[in-house]
Amino acid sequence: MQALYAQLLVGLINGSFYALLSLGLAVIFGMLNIINFAHGALYMMGAFVAYFFLEYAGIGYWWSLLLAPIVVGLFGVILERTMLQWLSGLDHLYGLLLTFGMALIIQGLFQNYFGSSGLPYAIPDLLKGGVNLGFMYLPIYRGWVVIFSLIVCIATWYLIERTRLGANLRAATENPTLVRAFGINVPRMITLTYGLGVGLAALAGVLSAPINQVRPLMGADLIIVVFAVVVIGGMGSIMGSIITGFALGVVEGMTKYFYPEASNTVVFVLMVLVLLVKPTGLTGRAH
Amino acid sequence: MNRILSALLLSTAIVFAGSSAFAQDKTVKIGVLNDQSGLYADLGGAGSTLAAQMALEDSGLLKKGWKIDLISGDHQNKPDIGSNIARQWFDVDKVDVIVDVPNSGVALAVNNIVKEKNGVYINSGAATSDLTNAQCSPNTVHWTYDTYLLAHSTGGALVKAGGDSWFFLTADYAFGAALERDTTAVINSAGGKVVGGVKHPLNSSDFSSFLLQAQASKAKIIGLANAGGDTTNAIKQAAEFGIVSGGQKLAALLLFLTDVHSLGLNVAQGLNFTETFYWDLNDQTRAFSKRFQDRMKTKAAPSMVQAGVYAGVLHYLKVLEAAGGNSHDGAKIVAQMKATPTDDPLFGKGTIQENGRKIHPAYLFEVKKPSESKGPWDYYKLVATVPADQAFTPLSESKCALLKK
Repeated sequence: MQALYAQLLVGLINGSFYALLSLGLAVIFGMLNIINFAHGALYMMGAFVAYFFLEYAGIGYWWSLLLAPIVVGLFGVILERTMLQWLSGLDHLYGLLLTFGMALIIQGLFQNYFGSSGLPYAIPDLLKGGVNLGFMYLPIYRGWVVIFSLIVCIATWYLIERTRLGANLRAATENPTLVRAFGINVPRMITLTYGLGVGLAALAGVLSAPINQVRPLMGADLIIVVFAVVVIGGMGSIMGSIITGFALGVVEGMTKYFYPEASNTVVFVLMVLVLLVKPTGLTGRAH
Repeated sequence: MNRILSALLLSTAIVFAGSSAFAQDKTVKIGVLNDQSGLYADLGGAGSTLAAQMALEDSGLLKKGWKIDLISGDHQNKPDIGSNIARQWFDVDKVDVIVDVPNSGVALAVNNIVKEKNGVYINSGAATSDLTNAQCSPNTVHWTYDTYLLAHSTGGALVKAGGDSWFFLTADYAFGAALERDTTAVINSAGGKVVGGVKHPLNSSDFSSFLLQAQASKAKIIGLANAGGDTTNAIKQAAEFGIVSGGQKLAALLLFLTDVHSLGLNVAQGLNFTETFYWDLNDQTRAFSKRFQDRMKTKAAPSMVQAGVYAGVLHYLKVLEAAGGNSHDGAKIVAQMKATPTDDPLFGKGTIQENGRKIHPAYLFEVKKPSESKGPWDYYKLVATVPADQAFTPLSESKCALLKK
């Protein structure tokens, strides 16, 4: 029984990454109608930027949490301005293909210069060590990841669903012409939204750097699972992504305990089952 | 008169047949097949292609007018993709020799194809000892290391040092299974026991669930029967979950130089493991590594897999030169490779056994503390040397069908 609690907690930790990443994807899909396949590569860039900060500028983990998402977010803004904006109004497939191609290029470039096995990034001193919870030894850093991701997820949800800015944003995606008539700069809002989504991916990357190696393929390994999370949760649904992210982390953790061989596939089995019953995903609406 | 004429004709025919045997083909095509983009890309990958390139340059054959081509392919750690590339290389590209091929699953699949096509197979990257046992082939040489070596050297040393109860974290494919099997045999014969284990999918990024199970087992040693990115992630996360500080010991049964580099000395220090090559062993290995590093885009020092590719290709070309040309008859060339003693700057003098197993010494290393390391890539301390005749499966125990018993 004790082992089960431990697995639940570990599942929740992985779920935080799924939630943060699928949240960014959902924001981008909901607002821009783009299936952002470059999300994994941008997550990886977040981790690499944190590594560069530490290695070449002496900027530590805490500042990286703030600065790396901004740097990568700006990169996202450039991507949106130079490429993605021309796709508005076209079929989803174009955005998917373009972002998939970008992901391959970004990953390829990093792999070319840094190899594939990754670079070390240490846990910040303040969060080193762990506490004995009785049923498990919980590394403090992992606990921090869960709490921090939860806060970020809820803040993002609040921003989009409960503030005036979020209301404008949602209105702009529903009826851009009308919103423009009120004097709101819709293209700029779209660009900033993409930047925000990319920043969330980069933030997840910084969070993950001390746990996983900083590797060019870290995003590629994760992104397929995250897409499954988004599909199960319902494309574009913010709350759906957050809840499904955490829930699937737990399901995966349980599978690792009861039948480890299936842990890489359980998410996809679930996806098939959910789609059979409810093709729009758990909380999604039909588009 | 007729008799004299036919005797003349016959002798001319013999002379011609003889001379054609000597005027052999001086073209060779080498195919480097490995993981060039995934979790084993740093320990083999582009570095193995470079090592093969350096071997053909160092062989001196190019200057003697030989035409040697080198191509490479990415098997993506998938046996079906590896098999398809191998088939295409033999059927369309007329490749003579396939080298490297890490990932035991792919390696065993390619082994069958090379035998079917009568090519030459110099495997450096794969670990499974099956390549020279149950699945041995007259066309295969297994160069660098294998699971028998890892199990006996690293596993044996740890059992001797008091690690008598084990829990395995095993990569769920041919390599993990072979390494766990061979190490279990060593543990059992030394009086220890395996109390449990978990099989994880290849290329897992999160090991926390598995590590918690290992922790709960209370085994003295947690054996990592995996490689590359899987091993580094497991080691890093084991430190995080306080496994080593909690009194359990981590046994990285297979660890490469590139893995230690990726982990950093802070995390990797103190780990014991076995390799058959290290760049800083002697003047010759240092000289080679310097040349290698200068040409590598990532400036990485060579891993033992890349060293094995270099030495294997060098020996192969040496044998072709001694034969006067390339007969393109794989089994015949491999037989000559076995008959010729090996001698190269990286592994020293050695031999190739009848079952295809290349024999050379192995080294038990310990990762240095950060304070002991003098510079980049200065990572290992030599703990013990395993003599060549004890490092690998004794022929009396080999299950290879090529051995006449």
